[in-house]
Amino acid sequence: MVEEQEERLLNGDEATAWAAYHVEPDVVAAYPITPQTIIVERFSEFVADGLVRTEFVSVESEHSAMSACVGAAAAGGRAFTATAANGLQLMNEILYIASSLRLPIVMAVANRAVSGPINIHCDHTDAMNVRDAGWVMLFCEDAQEVYDTVIQAFKIAENPNVLLPVIVSFDGFLISHTAQKVKVFKDPSVVREKFLGGPRKPAKIKLMGQEVELSLNPKNPVPVTFGPLDLYDYYFEHKRQQSLAMQNAYNVVKEVHEEYARLSGRRYGDGVTVPYKLDDAEIAVVAMGSAPGTMRYVIDEMREEGIKIGLLRLRLFRPFPYRDIMEKLKHVKVVGVFDRAQDQGMMGGPLFIETRAALYELESRPKVVNYVFGLGGRDTPPEMFREAFDELVGISKGTVKPFIRKYLGVRE
Amino acid sequence: MQKKWVPTPIEIAKKPDYILPGHRLCAGCAAPIIVKLTLKAVPNPENTVLVNATGCLEVATTIFPYTAWKRPWIHNAFENAAATASGVVAAFKALKKKGVWKDEEPTVIVFGGDGGTYDIGLQALSGAIERGHKFTYVLYDNEAYMNTGIQRSGSTPFAAATTTSPAGKVIPGKPQWKKPIGFIIAAHMNAYVATVNPYYWQDFVVKVRKAVEYDGPSFIHAISTCDRGWRFDPSLSMRISKLATDTCLHPLWEFDPETREFKITGQSLYLAKNPDKIIPVEEYLKLQGRFRHLFKPVRRDDLIKTIQDRVMKEWKYLLKLAGFES
Ligand SMILES: Cc1ncc(C[n+]2csc(CCOP(=O)(O)OP(=O)(O)O)c2C)c(N)n1
Repeated sequence: MVEEQEERLLNGDEATAWAAYHVEPDVVAAYPITPQTIIVERFSEFVADGLVRTEFVSVESEHSAMSACVGAAAAGGRAFTATAANGLQLMNEILYIASSLRLPIVMAVANRAVSGPINIHCDHTDAMNVRDAGWVMLFCEDAQEVYDTVIQAFKIAENPNVLLPVIVSFDGFLISHTAQKVKVFKDPSVVREKFLGGPRKPAKIKLMGQEVELSLNPKNPVPVTFGPLDLYDYYFEHKRQQSLAMQNAYNVVKEVHEEYARLSGRRYGDGVTVPYKLDDAEIAVVAMGSAPGTMRYVIDEMREEGIKIGLLRLRLFRPFPYRDIMEKLKHVKVVGVFDRAQDQGMMGGPLFIETRAALYELESRPKVVNYVFGLGGRDTPPEMFREAFDELVGISKGTVKPFIRKYLGVRE
Repeated sequence: MQKKWVPTPIEIAKKPDYILPGHRLCAGCAAPIIVKLTLKAVPNPENTVLVNATGCLEVATTIFPYTAWKRPWIHNAFENAAATASGVVAAFKALKKKGVWKDEEPTVIVFGGDGGTYDIGLQALSGAIERGHKFTYVLYDNEAYMNTGIQRSGSTPFAAATTTSPAGKVIPGKPQWKKPIGFIIAAHMNAYVATVNPYYWQDFVVKVRKAVEYDGPSFIHAISTCDRGWRFDPSLSMRISKLATDTCLHPLWEFDPETREFKITGQSLYLAKNPDKIIPVEEYLKLQGRFRHLFKPVRRDDLIKTIQDRVMKEWKYLLKLAGFES
């Protein structure tokens, strides 16, 4: 049954703060950075007004924000933080530790270009920088999806077959600071009780023959040692277990998305990918974040002209949904992958490299080319995408020579 | 503050240990003694959570699949033990508010080395203290980065030889003085701060008890002798530890943030009243290989005097802070 909701005018940051309010984590530890700041500001107001019992720890750095989240989650609490760009980079060391300790921390990232040069606007380089840190990563298209996804993230992270931290990404300014109508649940208990099942229940493990809670709970019959020295005789197995958990996350993302859809009435594809006019497409574009909104507008225009073009938006980036990509793109002739991220010294942007690698598995492969675009918040108007899409049509017809990578909207 | 608790040796010996035998810290290392004494001073050790910064203590006590810790324990990274502790404290506070955790909030104790405290972890420690989380941070100060092979830290004393401040032909060991970490933490004005010496165990446990009972952050600075890094025979560990205080190099004091008073305690109080009983620093220096270049091949009276003068200058400063006229 779809639960009662109310419409509010919220930007992506506020939608994040509302999701956190409705989840009511035990600890929120965060540090301000544009374009994430509104999240911590709004959430501080919820705390100050007594709407949540959360302990808000306004730490002295992002490194400490993530460190405090590790402590809070190990203690058995729900921990949440938010950051962007340089803040995410400062956390980097602890991101790997959080995932290896199997702590279900949730973090919102308002994607921003990474210094230097210093820049506050959107691109995905910050998130791409931490793509191997062992976090589940989801990319949202708008503020509504941000609200919905932050709530889902806790349930994905805490699933006993996953127990991994989750990043919820959305484009800085384009989403973080753009107000839209967002539906939120009227009663927070729909989120806290009905969806999340009340306070977090840490997983149970066997330790020295006894069942214990995987937490720092002093009442455990055998106390847990978190973060021991792990050398060549065990480290590899632990990393293997972690990669299996990441594999498990794939199905859990779908299940949680579906379960949430029954309460909210909202779906984003199957929770993993969001296809648009792909079924009969000969040309496909692949992208993440907010650009797909503009792309759909251009696709509609081209469809009216009879051009068979479609879009595959990835909502889930980690674990990388390579089977979905193979399945959804196996019939197309040309794929254009759009990376809003730096490609220093690489064959192309990270989304391109992995998409192309996935498609390599197909017997008959489409041509796959890369566009790097929108760095540092560079505007991405429909005409720019149209130009690129026309080029893809040209490749499909043999009138344009295929290439590996191009840059869109840059002065060479 | 609580009324004075003066435990007997038997009372302390009878209390259970929470760091168990089998760990791989060196013979002669003072760190496990510091851990033992700390946990013996906690009124309710069963309701305790421990946090450990990267370093010798962490590495040598938890080689997977073994652990020496009979209490819930977490190691996160090198520079963030205090931040990790703030998360633990905050979580139990919230869980208590929500009625999920029904008992008293656990006592949270952090153990960090000097590298993890004076240097790379100072920001996280200062932040956590400023925010006022209730936890006790125990610095075991072995005066260098021992785990990575005896590199100098902000705590390494003047003239000490380490692998990154070697005694060379031109530069005789570390050119800088030790950072006054206790005063730096005391300057936050909201933390109970005390220096301790495991040799003077009674002063040690009384202060740790005050620290964990203080309704706010607390900081215990324990001198921690290291036979490998300081280059002495392991059997001399406690003798050298004793000398650290008897020479006034590591005087025993406490700072009460309520009254803003510095107090000299234990053996150091005795020395304040009987200055003729202060032992010359040379007696401490000459037992340790890290200061060998002060004595051989040629005796460096100039450097020994520089150290002695500095120690007395700092001791006088402390006496003044503690209200002694000199
Ligand atoms: C960010 C980071 N930098 C460097 C290291 C390497 N490292 C591990 S332990 C250590 C020294 C620890 O020194 P200290 O805090 O004095 O403790 P001790 O080993 O002497 O007990 C260093 C440099 C690390 N683990 N993490």
